[in-house]
Amino acid sequence: MGKTLAEKVWDEHVVRSTEGEPDLLYIDLHLIHEVTSPQAFDGLRMSQRKVRRPDLTLATEDHNVPTLDWDKPIADPVSRTQVDTLRKNAADFGVRLHPLGDVEQGIVHVVGPQLGLTQPGMTIVCGDSHTSTHGAFGAIAFGIGTSEVEHVLATQTLPQQKPKTMAVTVNGSLPEGVTAKDLVLTLITHTGTGGGQGYIVEYRGQAIEELSMEGRMTVCNMSIEWGAKAGLIAPDQTTFDYIEGKPEAPKGADWDAAVAYWKTLVTDADATFDKEIVLDASTMTPFVTWGTNPGQGVQLGGNVPSPADFSDPVDQIACEKALEYMGLQAGTPMREIKVDTVFVGSCTNGRIEDLRLAAEVIKGHKVADQTRLLVVPGSVRVRLQAEAEGLDQIFIAAGAEWRGAGCSMCLGMNPDQLAPGERSASTSNRNFEGRQGKGGRTHLVSIPVAAATAVRGTLSSPADL
Amino acid sequence: MDKFTNHTGVAMPLKRSNVDTDQIIPAVYLKRVTRTGFEDGLFAAWRNDREFIMNRPEYAEASVLVAGPDFGTGSSREHAVWALQNYGFKVVISSRFADIFRGNSGKAGLLSAQVDEAVVEGLWAYLEANPGAEVSVDLESRSIKAGQGDDAIDATFVIDDYTRWRLLNGLDDIGITLSHEADIDAFEAKRPAYKPVTQ
Ligand code: SF4
Repeated sequence: MGKTLAEKVWDEHVVRSTEGEPDLLYIDLHLIHEVTSPQAFDGLRMSQRKVRRPDLTLATEDHNVPTLDWDKPIADPVSRTQVDTLRKNAADFGVRLHPLGDVEQGIVHVVGPQLGLTQPGMTIVCGDSHTSTHGAFGAIAFGIGTSEVEHVLATQTLPQQKPKTMAVTVNGSLPEGVTAKDLVLTLITHTGTGGGQGYIVEYRGQAIEELSMEGRMTVCNMSIEWGAKAGLIAPDQTTFDYIEGKPEAPKGADWDAAVAYWKTLVTDADATFDKEIVLDASTMTPFVTWGTNPGQGVQLGGNVPSPADFSDPVDQIACEKALEYMGLQAGTPMREIKVDTVFVGSCTNGRIEDLRLAAEVIKGHKVADQTRLLVVPGSVRVRLQAEAEGLDQIFIAAGAEWRGAGCSMCLGMNPDQLAPGERSASTSNRNFEGRQGKGGRTHLVSIPVAAATAVRGTLSSPADL
Repeated sequence: MDKFTNHTGVAMPLKRSNVDTDQIIPAVYLKRVTRTGFEDGLFAAWRNDREFIMNRPEYAEASVLVAGPDFGTGSSREHAVWALQNYGFKVVISSRFADIFRGNSGKAGLLSAQVDEAVVEGLWAYLEANPGAEVSVDLESRSIKAGQGDDAIDATFVIDDYTRWRLLNGLDDIGITLSHEADIDAFEAKRPAYKPVTQ
């Protein structure tokens, strides 16, 4: 019987397999940032171990870093300690680090792909749940805990139970103006936040094939929001074209050998999945969240739901609580919800294509009075590229704040936070209570919706401008 | 991780049930960047009370904790185990442990010894009559001994074979994986040249 893509990549990386034990999986790339790595390095020190493969390890600073005054010392002492510790650990253990101020600094999941380090058929881990982003290249990529970070540092392997496989087939084409973000938000509301639990998910079908690499990364990024272990997409010409010429991409004969291998990374026709979901892209519309988990979403053209709209009592209570936290009335048209802050950025939507799309919508308009628009590039490279294309000037002319690279308001570990009760439209991936600042209220949206919302001050799509 | 065969040390009775990981170490202590130094957060809220047993001089050197049922429930934070170890505890004795706590403790080298409730009660009574007394825990024979003569306690504890094996051999997860280093070497020797490196 044939194999699925995930099974092929998995089987290629099994170092050791014994009945009754998890597989010992080889890790091709280990990405590191300042928040989840300190104890792992300290554990190595305590047991006098080394990093087995510094040459398969890459560190960057992203979660804590300020997006203003990044050339000055970090003001918050805890953030500064974490960043300083990462610098010391990288130096002590010989790990390549892209610190604040470096041209390759940025969100770890933006940096790997833009360097060309993220390639098909790899296993990639990081102490961060959105490592699933890298699956867009046909890699098995997932987040790990700090003890596992230490395990990978010391051994370059990880004992792992083989997950089940699921196919999400998205037929048809996305209508004009509907993006990968709308697609994945629709999927999560369809499945619920636990729908992917225990699975590696392969996204496929016409709508997925038609996505750019940036769009595919957006979809795989949010695999974790519906509980999947990882999400991946079979590599194709779009993938190869994106990687070719990147700094760490294979060159010459290596490139040919790599592409020949990558072309084998497809699910065999006679392979079976443990579960399948089929969606139709052609009926999708701009999609936003109204609640406090990513599965509480609705079409932008819809209304805030009422608890009575749900049949499951657990969902009813969840709805009631979410409406209270979000300060929303059931039945309010989503388009009438007033937004204080719009955040464009994060590992979900902070890449160059995202900024181009945002600039295209906002060009010639002004950010609404009493609304602020924060544009935070995913990496320094993205920032520089945007500036070379004049996108920063479009944002600034519209009245937006143009910032330095990092996670920023996605999780509010740095000073970019919502005030209590403040409402945001955010292109990031999590709308949990307090995620963007204590008491902050988050609506997850796509790039075009974010940009149009900034202009109108209420949740909007470009068609409303 | 150090090998654990047996341990004899001052035992501290903690007469509470459902000691959750937020009590063992409150969240505000989790900001540290090392794996050491968590001892000052251990039972932080309770230690504010001067009467709390850990503040008594007899227990300054305590290394065996005898606690009520459902020890280590709540958040999965590994820091709870580190805090106990950093303070000097080698063994926790209880009639019931939360699964995640028990898993974390076995991985880090802290012995979670599960006994019958009556054994906990017996140890508490003995330790209250003899503050600062020592208790011996032997992993080889899965036994706990305290006192002499008539009120001597001699009990057995439960621990799964796999965790016992790891502790006896001082093997953490990394140690176990490194025992297969030859397999990792062989795998690496076959990795294709086009796979990327960072340096
Ligand atoms: S941008 Fe947000 S989701 Fe992505 S790595 Fe940073 S904090 Fe995590």
